[in-house]
Amino acid sequence: MMGTFLLYRTLQAFVTLAVVSIIIFLGVFALGNPVYVLVDPSAPADVVEQTIRRLGLDRPIYEQYGIFVTNALSGDLGTSYTHAQPSLALIASRFTATFELVLASLVIAVALGLPLGLIAGYGKNNWVGRTLSSVSILGISVPIFWLGLLMIIVFSLELKWLPTGGRGETVALFGVETSLLTLDGLSHLVLPAMALSLFPLALIIRLTRAGVREHSQMDYVRFARAMGIRPAKLLFAYVLRNVLIPIVTMIGLIFGTLIAFAVVTETVFAWPGIGKLLIDSIKVSDRPVIIAYLLFVVVMFLVINLIVDVINAALDPRIRLSGTS
Amino acid sequence: MLKEFTRSIYAGVSLAVLSSAIVFALLAPWIAPQDPYDLAQLFILDSRLPPMSRNSDGFLFLLGTDDQGRDVFSAILYGLRISLGVAFLSTAIAFLLGTAIGLISAYLGGRVDAFLMRIVDMQLSFPAVLIALMLVALVGTGIDKVIIAIIAVQWARYARTVRGSALVEREREYIEAVECLAFSRSRIMFVHILPNCMAPLSILATVEIASAISIEATLSFLGVGLPITQPSLGLLIANGYPFMLSGNYWLSIYPGLVLIALMVAVNIIGDRMRELINPRSEK
Repeated sequence: MMGTFLLYRTLQAFVTLAVVSIIIFLGVFALGNPVYVLVDPSAPADVVEQTIRRLGLDRPIYEQYGIFVTNALSGDLGTSYTHAQPSLALIASRFTATFELVLASLVIAVALGLPLGLIAGYGKNNWVGRTLSSVSILGISVPIFWLGLLMIIVFSLELKWLPTGGRGETVALFGVETSLLTLDGLSHLVLPAMALSLFPLALIIRLTRAGVREHSQMDYVRFARAMGIRPAKLLFAYVLRNVLIPIVTMIGLIFGTLIAFAVVTETVFAWPGIGKLLIDSIKVSDRPVIIAYLLFVVVMFLVINLIVDVINAALDPRIRLSGTS
Repeated sequence: MLKEFTRSIYAGVSLAVLSSAIVFALLAPWIAPQDPYDLAQLFILDSRLPPMSRNSDGFLFLLGTDDQGRDVFSAILYGLRISLGVAFLSTAIAFLLGTAIGLISAYLGGRVDAFLMRIVDMQLSFPAVLIALMLVALVGTGIDKVIIAIIAVQWARYARTVRGSALVEREREYIEAVECLAFSRSRIMFVHILPNCMAPLSILATVEIASAISIEATLSFLGVGLPITQPSLGLLIANGYPFMLSGNYWLSIYPGLVLIALMVAVNIIGDRMRELINPRSEK
């Protein structure tokens, strides 16, 4: 049963990837002049002509799509004009910075969100719950970039506690540059991570609160309460464990969303991740990088969704039974 | 209806904020103290004045000026015009497109329905910002591209919502009755089913206006949305950003406050509509 489910979901992911790759192909190769994806637009005419023939751009469009897919599968998505290196390698080298940012913001969101959600859900109408419902509407209304600006004004320019942007000092760990291990790097990470964490924080609080509310009506909680178990123990030892399943799912799913949101945060705080790379590339029409970013993020998204689905199915048989029908 | 709506003070205030924003946006060329994009009216000597300062002619800059001596207050009024225009236009088109697709999907059922809903599912599994960015990355920037991006992000939500309601309505007796009268399919869909799906659609449309404002502002802030000649609120914030580091906060802060006030207002109105239409819903 699990095998069928896995197969079905993997197929579904591949279909989505195929559709997205066709959209990207049509968008970049068919709408614009495809030669200029690989040749500098100021190149002489005979060079352009030669490249057209070499790349097979004079062939029918379905053949061209085949070439695009073959190249993509062998990891060749073109060379960046501005950075003069393979676009996929460029994305990979910048991804560590984005990964650090997303990871840090998820840690903040979980560390604050779980306790706040538990308190808000347990007490019927305590201060956390009341503040939450009034803050939540503000939370969805304030654009991330504006909040980032405010944080820079308050914490960097006025209080001078933290730097305004950039990644700070990095050290190499197993060949990967990281700013998590230097004090300077961490101080650069705090503001962007906080700005990015607000969205997952709000989600985790809401989800935890809803879960606690639901579970506090159940027999096992009533029974435990009747036994005189302390609320703190009941909450953290029994309820939390049951509430955690949907939250773990959500954290997995939100990982991809945060990578997309990081585009904004990285631009505000000049954090040199793939999001800032995308925006810079769009501005100078560095198409190979744009294509590499889009395919990279979409593949990552699909892989994450697939993993989350599989974990859920392993935990809950009902999902894998209904998923294949 | 309006009386019931404004029984909540927040909703009343929000409605007032939104309507005055619309009025300001429509009347911007007549009420703005300065035409911020007429270069003949700008003086470089007036550049980067703080809020409430006057120039040598005694002209009052309520919210200060930018690096070219442009009155920020006037620029905000003109920006509001562009932001609201883009948001309303794209929401309206997405509404029409999404509703039509959702209705057709629900009414035809079968393979068409399965196919269309698979597309909707696929699209909704990606975050809106990513889809919008993907589109501007592929087709380029500009006001028409931003509108296309917002429509592409939003249509699926209307389609799913209207399909859900339409499937419920389709089973009702009155639809059976009009089917017996041999009315055409399109007449049944648009004249009989659609009006009964309007409640959830109108709530969705309100919330989507806020989301459209936000997407446009975000794209423009990132520099991949509207061109510099059409400065929406998001673009004004972005333009003020470099000067912020040298202490000229007002250039970004005030357009941002207007943007937030607008979005809070629209979201509260959406919440209130949900309460009134569906009293049992939990916030």
